[in-house]
Amino acid sequence: MTGIVLLGLLGLVAVAALWLVGMYNGLVRFRNEVKNAWSQIDVQLKRRYDLIPNLIETVKGYAKHERETLEAVVQARQQAINVTDSVIDKAKAENMLSQTLRSLFALSENYPDLKANQNFLSLQEELASTENKISFARQYYNDAALKYNNKTEMFPSNVVAGMFNFERADFFEVEATEQREAPKVSFQ
Amino acid sequence: MWDLIRANRRRAAVLVVLMAALMLGIGYAVGELAAPGAGPLGLVAAFGIWLVMTLASYFSGDRILLAASRARRVEKDDHPVLWNVVEEMCIASGLSTLPEIYIIDEEAPNAFATGRSPERSAVAVTAGLLERLDRDELQGVIAHELGHINNRDILYMTMAGIMLGAVVMLADVGVRMLWFGGGRRRTSSDRGGGGQAIVMIVALVLVILAPLMAQLMYFAISRRREYLADASSALYTRYPDGLARALEKIAGNTKPLKAANRATAPMYIVNPLKVTAQGLANLTGTHPPTSERIKILRSLGGGRLSLEGYDAAFRQATGRPVGVVPRGSLNAIAAVEAREPAKDPRSHVKRVREVTDALWQLQDYAFIACACGTLLKVPPAQAGKRIPCPHCKTEHAMPDLVL
Repeated sequence: MTGIVLLGLLGLVAVAALWLVGMYNGLVRFRNEVKNAWSQIDVQLKRRYDLIPNLIETVKGYAKHERETLEAVVQARQQAINVTDSVIDKAKAENMLSQTLRSLFALSENYPDLKANQNFLSLQEELASTENKISFARQYYNDAALKYNNKTEMFPSNVVAGMFNFERADFFEVEATEQREAPKVSFQ
Repeated sequence: MWDLIRANRRRAAVLVVLMAALMLGIGYAVGELAAPGAGPLGLVAAFGIWLVMTLASYFSGDRILLAASRARRVEKDDHPVLWNVVEEMCIASGLSTLPEIYIIDEEAPNAFATGRSPERSAVAVTAGLLERLDRDELQGVIAHELGHINNRDILYMTMAGIMLGAVVMLADVGVRMLWFGGGRRRTSSDRGGGGQAIVMIVALVLVILAPLMAQLMYFAISRRREYLADASSALYTRYPDGLARALEKIAGNTKPLKAANRATAPMYIVNPLKVTAQGLANLTGTHPPTSERIKILRSLGGGRLSLEGYDAAFRQATGRPVGVVPRGSLNAIAAVEAREPAKDPRSHVKRVREVTDALWQLQDYAFIACACGTLLKVPPAQAGKRIPCPHCKTEHAMPDLVL
């Protein structure tokens, strides 16, 4: 009799353990997806840092009098590179950089020679696309973060998340709706 | 999304198995019609054909299809905007490998995706598509194609298409047997008795009905896939109006797509073959009516996007009680905010120039940047010669043609 009870208890413990393992693995999978999505954003942000010096060089040749705008871009880029600790601060710095880039492209409207330069045109396409990629990567990241956060907050997976210290993921936000658009790079 | 993929896979696997069964049945029937008792032989032959077809379509179905469509592979330098849009949609869809990118040198706007898995896939667009669509619209089309790749549609569509061709071919052989083998059969069935006669009748019915059944099965599944890829596109781009506008432009085109045929037609985003009988088109068309797809996408616009929302819009637009999204996937993705349209600075002239440049680059034209800012585009016939810049008259040495 006691044997059966013991066996039953043992079975229950085994089932509970398996269930815990499954839940833990599920959480790890979601967290990895968030990390992977973040690295996608990171790749695009780095790409943007790399493109900017080229852009500055090209624009300088045509628009010497626009030092202020050019310096603002350089500064915003440096600031964005320096911020590495939190997602929220990073988002702020990157939004700042997007804004200064937008004003640089708006300014290029006044220089017809610049707008006809092949190098400038391809840089413009690259930066516009990088901007799009950042926003699509951010979209993907936020979806992954939402899924992961839901898992860490909802019963019963929140119990496992609490036990093993699964922290919430921060969202990569944009401040105003107007900022969601790619920089306005209109000509012709 | 995994539920959706799983349901899609299961359905496709069922289709492939049904097609195989149908083919084996036809093989048997054709054998019996050729000579009583030869059914098993026909069965073996049909199985052999099925095996070869399956293997060929699995291992190189994508290459065959791309070659048949005269698609040419491009790199980033050939068409940066197309390349960038595919990269953008790749990121939005979470696809880990960038598909190979192809351009088809045709005026009619259209696009398709093929491949075996998300790791080995390709998208092809026509030159006419690149000329007509702005960036938002192109994003919609590419996202639709990546939707096919992500939903694991591409392999099964290729395989099912090739098997449909085989079923039709075999049944055709059976019908020929009927005409030419008639006399012989009659004398032998006298000896065989009633059992033989029943086998004959079943074989006859099978040979006549099989191609129709295969076609209906194939059509039903490919239509649902189009809707699902539309839903995926809306979610990836967050801008359903882009795809809606693109579909309007593609459907409004009157030029024929020369590279398309009956086997490749179901792969395209909009049916490239002009169907004359509208009623028949609705029953057996591989594509749902484009107007219906546009109506659904338009009714999504603006608000929040989700699979559930697409399903509801589908039911409202078509009046059908059952939606297209598998029940388990309705809530798989949280609703997301739609975005505003983006501005595309490229004029029609510039888009045409981009495509022409891409096609010229594929034809070994040399592109030489002059110091005065002019870009010289020189045909391969001028290789090795000296050419002056038309603006500043600086002479440029043309590089030799590398073959």
